[in-house]
Amino acid sequence: MRRLLFLLPLVGFLALAAMFKWGLGHDPRTLPSMLIDRPVPEMALAALPGRPADSGLNTAHLKGRVSLVNIFGSWCIACVQEHPYLMQIKKSGIVPIYGIDWRDDPVEGARWLAKNGDPYDRVGIDPAPGRTAIDFGVTGAPESFIVDKDGVIRYKHIGPITPDNWQSTLLPIIRELSK
Amino acid sequence: MIAEIGHFALILALAVALLQATLPLIGAQRGDPVWMGLSGPTSVAQMVLVTVSFAALTHAYVTSDFSVLNVAQNSHTDKPMLYKVAGVWGNHEGSLLLWITILAVFGCAVTAFGRNLPPGLKARALAVQAIITVGFLLFILFTSNPFERLDPAPMNGNGLNPLLQDPGLAFHPPMLYLGYVGFSMAFSFAIAALIEGRVDAAWARWVRPWTLAAWVFLTGGIVLGSWWAYYELGWGGWWYWDPVENASFMPWLAGTALLHSAVVVEKRDALKAWTIFLAITAFGLSLLGTFLVRSGVITSVHAFASDPTRGVFILALLVVAIGGSFTLFAFRAPNLKTGGLFSPVSREGALLLNNVLMATGAGTVLLGTLYPLFADALDLGKVSVGPPFFNSVFVPLMVPMVLAMAVGPLMSWKRGDLAGVLGRLKIAIGLSLVITAATWFLQGGSAGPWWAAGGMGLAAWLLLGTLVDLAERVRLFKAPLSDSLARAGRLPRSYWGMMLAHGGLALFIAGATASSAWKVEAVQSQKIGEAITVSGYTFTLKEVKDVPGANYLATEGIFEVTKDGKFFAEMRPAKRVYRQPPRPTTEAAIEGTFLGDVYAVIGDKDVVSGGYVTRLYFNPLVPWMWVGTLFMVLGGLTSLTDRRHRIGAPTRARAVAQAAKA
Repeated sequence: MRRLLFLLPLVGFLALAAMFKWGLGHDPRTLPSMLIDRPVPEMALAALPGRPADSGLNTAHLKGRVSLVNIFGSWCIACVQEHPYLMQIKKSGIVPIYGIDWRDDPVEGARWLAKNGDPYDRVGIDPAPGRTAIDFGVTGAPESFIVDKDGVIRYKHIGPITPDNWQSTLLPIIRELSK
Repeated sequence: MIAEIGHFALILALAVALLQATLPLIGAQRGDPVWMGLSGPTSVAQMVLVTVSFAALTHAYVTSDFSVLNVAQNSHTDKPMLYKVAGVWGNHEGSLLLWITILAVFGCAVTAFGRNLPPGLKARALAVQAIITVGFLLFILFTSNPFERLDPAPMNGNGLNPLLQDPGLAFHPPMLYLGYVGFSMAFSFAIAALIEGRVDAAWARWVRPWTLAAWVFLTGGIVLGSWWAYYELGWGGWWYWDPVENASFMPWLAGTALLHSAVVVEKRDALKAWTIFLAITAFGLSLLGTFLVRSGVITSVHAFASDPTRGVFILALLVVAIGGSFTLFAFRAPNLKTGGLFSPVSREGALLLNNVLMATGAGTVLLGTLYPLFADALDLGKVSVGPPFFNSVFVPLMVPMVLAMAVGPLMSWKRGDLAGVLGRLKIAIGLSLVITAATWFLQGGSAGPWWAAGGMGLAAWLLLGTLVDLAERVRLFKAPLSDSLARAGRLPRSYWGMMLAHGGLALFIAGATASSAWKVEAVQSQKIGEAITVSGYTFTLKEVKDVPGANYLATEGIFEVTKDGKFFAEMRPAKRVYRQPPRPTTEAAIEGTFLGDVYAVIGDKDVVSGGYVTRLYFNPLVPWMWVGTLFMVLGGLTSLTDRRHRIGAPTRARAVAQAAKA
């Protein structure tokens, strides 16, 4: 019995190693494939407080033009890191950016945008528990989706958009879809 | 040519390491002194060869030899010299070479300082050390050759990630590796002891200084990294529970536990199997950290460029090293003779409690770090585990540990008297409760977070408990002052080390609690001339100007900070944009005071309002944290200079003689 106790570390370690073996074959950043090439979920998100009621975001807005949907929140630290670059993208006018203020106090969200600048063409609020974000398969903020002209999700980007990943990955996809 | 010499030296080092990994082991089995003795010269030869190789790579960096692929990818001619040198280990291949170099230096140190080690133990430990080296040399030679050539050589290199171009981070990896690799010593000695089937006080006395040295470096390395995150990432935070941070924190926890359980082995001849287990675990977690950072299994903000083939190799290494050790452990550890018995309430008991909580803490961090992978593997969906998990699981585990930390040193070995100890601590108990209540009152009751008062009370308890112990030992106020001073002078250095480290942790807890609970921040768009007040400090943005640096352009904001209408400081936070690679970094301006850091960050120009995005913070008691960790490092160093470590490991005969006397 006592001897079995001394086997525990080995057993625990082997289980861990098996897990790693499996993990090596998987890129943790990949999107569960079932969400790619699906139409964006049905949604009708209200506008931020203090803005016109029709400045919210609904499914119809995502059709007709390639767009970038960005999940953010005033509570999200990495979003602040991403934010200046979103402002630059906005300035470039390459693609409209639609924001979803996720699991946030809408008043805080509006204040945050007033403070840091607003790169979004439209902002919809998705207060906790964040029904729409769940439908999108959001795992955390910031996260961005490239939606094509027909309103179909074509790419999911986890984490902040940076000059590197924008130039190397996101922009080429947007260019391709815009053709 | 020099790069080829470096490459060739590595291949030779592999050959030497193979000899060192086998012959002394066979010699020790047969009792052949000549073969055992081979461990000495081979470890020296290996150190020389690996150092030549490391020097060759450093030479390529210093001379900006872009015909070496690794240099072209990670360096640039206009980098300052410090970062050209730091660039050597600022990438996967180079950092691996640094790892191997440190491993070889440690091996050589055993040969140099271990003259009076039992020859069998020494030969086996060095052979085990060489087996690890063989694994890493194979890894570097087959998957990550730093000397690969690039033809034609480019005119200039890609440059080093600007975030890494910082003095704090330049020395963070070497410190960390000295810690990680330092644990390989305890590991090698543990395996050697398992092969011999004997763990005794002499063994513990040998392992402890190496573990202590590794712990000092690892603590220093983690603190440097945390300090860097604090001033360079510009968020006023200092710990993010990021997988890479956790990768260094887990071996630290296991190593701290090992440090304490080795004391029990040394003084009381108990907890042997457990200590061996911790020695394997501390190094295992160091290897695991390497695996996690480099394999791409876990995503992290600052992981090295990851590559699955390398991942497979490290995993194989991990399975051989850790799986092999635990197999050996399963067979040999049950036969280790257990020595001194002790009651649960005793110094040993307190140390064991500390150990169990530390190990559980390490397990918790491991679980939290790997949970996304578990969930993904078991098809529970993609999840991310953030600070809330660690704060709500790890922190509560540490509360009883800190409570026991003040009590343990006052407890006697074998059988302690808890009621008596608590009686001696009644001043500490009383004062801690007063501080808890005062904190609660000062933060305005439930206006602040509920745990803040508890955290400050806990810090006070640990500090006071530690001081009470010291006061009792020197009979402060009970004997004449000169007598107390004389007693203090006679206390062993290892005791002072413990005082410093425990007291340092108390300061750290106070700082960590205060900075998490009462941080004041203001983020806004601020125009030139506009004043913003944060926690009593008024920041007036005077001017924003461009300042060119060696390989970047900085936008510097100049703040005049006043407190109560009086001038406090001029602060100059900056935002740098590096030329190659073109990336921005923030440089926070920090003015420390006794009560906390005044902290300012400048961001981009706000096009709409014409102002600048500024983030202004008051971070309470953060300097206490850094001072506290400095005390912990000093404590480790002080303990290292203890007489019994300086003399080195006494031979078994002497240890037995001492035991007989006691």
